[in-house]
Amino acid sequence: MSAAKVAIVGAAETTALGRIPQMSQIQLHADAALNALADAGLTLKDIDGVATAGESPTAVAHYLGIAPNWVDGTAVGGCSFMLHVRHAVAAIESGLCQCVLITHGESGRSNVGRAGWASSPGSLSGQFESPFGGMGPTTLFTLPVLRFLKDTGTTLEQLASVAVIQRQWAALNPRATLKEPTSVEAVLEDRMIAYPFTKSQCCLVTDGGGALILVAAERAKDFPQSPVYILGSGESTETPMISQMQDLTRSRAFQMAGARAFETAGIQHSDVDHLMIYDAFAHLPLYGLEDLGFCGRGEAGAFIASGQTAPGGILPLNTNGGGLSYMHSGMYGMYALQESVRQVRGTAAAKVAGVEISVCHGVGGMFGASGTVVMSASKVR
Amino acid sequence: MKIDFEQVTVPVPTPETAHFWSGCVAGELRLQQCDDCSRVYFPPRPFCPDCGQRAVSILCGSGKARLLSYVINHRPHPAFDGPYAIAVVELEEGVTMMANILNVPQTPEALILDMPLKVAFRPIRQGIVLPYFEPDGADL
Ligand SMILES: [Zn+2]
Repeated sequence: MSAAKVAIVGAAETTALGRIPQMSQIQLHADAALNALADAGLTLKDIDGVATAGESPTAVAHYLGIAPNWVDGTAVGGCSFMLHVRHAVAAIESGLCQCVLITHGESGRSNVGRAGWASSPGSLSGQFESPFGGMGPTTLFTLPVLRFLKDTGTTLEQLASVAVIQRQWAALNPRATLKEPTSVEAVLEDRMIAYPFTKSQCCLVTDGGGALILVAAERAKDFPQSPVYILGSGESTETPMISQMQDLTRSRAFQMAGARAFETAGIQHSDVDHLMIYDAFAHLPLYGLEDLGFCGRGEAGAFIASGQTAPGGILPLNTNGGGLSYMHSGMYGMYALQESVRQVRGTAAAKVAGVEISVCHGVGGMFGASGTVVMSASKVR
Repeated sequence: MKIDFEQVTVPVPTPETAHFWSGCVAGELRLQQCDDCSRVYFPPRPFCPDCGQRAVSILCGSGKARLLSYVINHRPHPAFDGPYAIAVVELEEGVTMMANILNVPQTPEALILDMPLKVAFRPIRQGIVLPYFEPDGADL
């Protein structure tokens, strides 16, 4: 039996998603933070811990007028917020602070008040990867997939079905960017970006933000929303260079973060009612399903293509439409967390009936880092 | 595929990587090997990433490799005249590195996973020579 020590009592995204040229990046953080505070029935004065990535926690705390007792600026890419949740649990549990605000805001499409991120030519990736013409995630994050397809016997059609099925979820979500149904044929015939990835298999580029508020589990019932308890979590890193993955067909960081999350939560795969796997590109749910142990080696492609993760399937996956159809600002992990919170609360647009346990799995960089959070509707299980 | 070497990003060697880049100028693919546990590793660093031992030696790689994985980028890049493959190759010595594959059409039909490759050094500029790869047996 495990008992949660900390719960999420406030969760919200920015008021708008998609294209928000009227807001700077730091204001996206603040807009999401104010919405999360309203959701929790709290004010800025109640917050004494701040965690963020993309901006420094100093900048976010100052902008919001918060004098924190605890900050966390862990920045390992899009899953940083999963790690913030994990670190906030430890901080609250050990008494370093009482009420943590985690914020994300990113002007990914409009580029208002956003810093660039090119690697220096003297860094290892600058020396040993940049000369060969990589152009960011579309050409580097995608690079391992041909090896994955060959070694696991997964087909290009199965890879394309990831995008098709997530679009089915997005169709149920009014806030999703892309809602039109699509097909395997349409995905494969879409504009080629980096073979074998067509545009439909690459994430969106949008603006947005999100925020979470966490407090000790024993206080969680004093807030207006149903508490979402943090039952367990895990984190790890592997490499900042895609060419240096131990095995191009498996993520060591996924395996380590996932295993630790399941172990600390004391759950089995059969306990999981709802799953989020950060999908910057269509292959990530395949790696995630296999590396987290939901599917055996080479089974994830058929599992998705046969509808097991679709609406009505046995393992609802990426039910907001994911980075491929819902939104993707650059560091999507916050939106995956928001959807897990909504499903556990029972307030998601594409509501899955009776979600007791949701697993939310994030990637940072390009298979560089990983964080996994297990959320529960019950404090003890 | 033609590469405009004027447009290629130029690596800036550091004290830890200088031997690798001077090796490329000399036509050698210089890897490193731990004196203690014999692990061969890349990218360069002055200690063994397996056991932490600082006593390491330079090992000249054979330059033989196989094609491990790749994408073919269709977005325009100033250094390339059309779609081009960005690959990860696995050297005979077991380490992996990123590269472009020269002297072969940049198509899925021509780029077959596990095809044998060999290193092909090309000077770019500022005294830097890059290690590219090409099909083993390709005519220069
Ligand atoms: Zn060693």
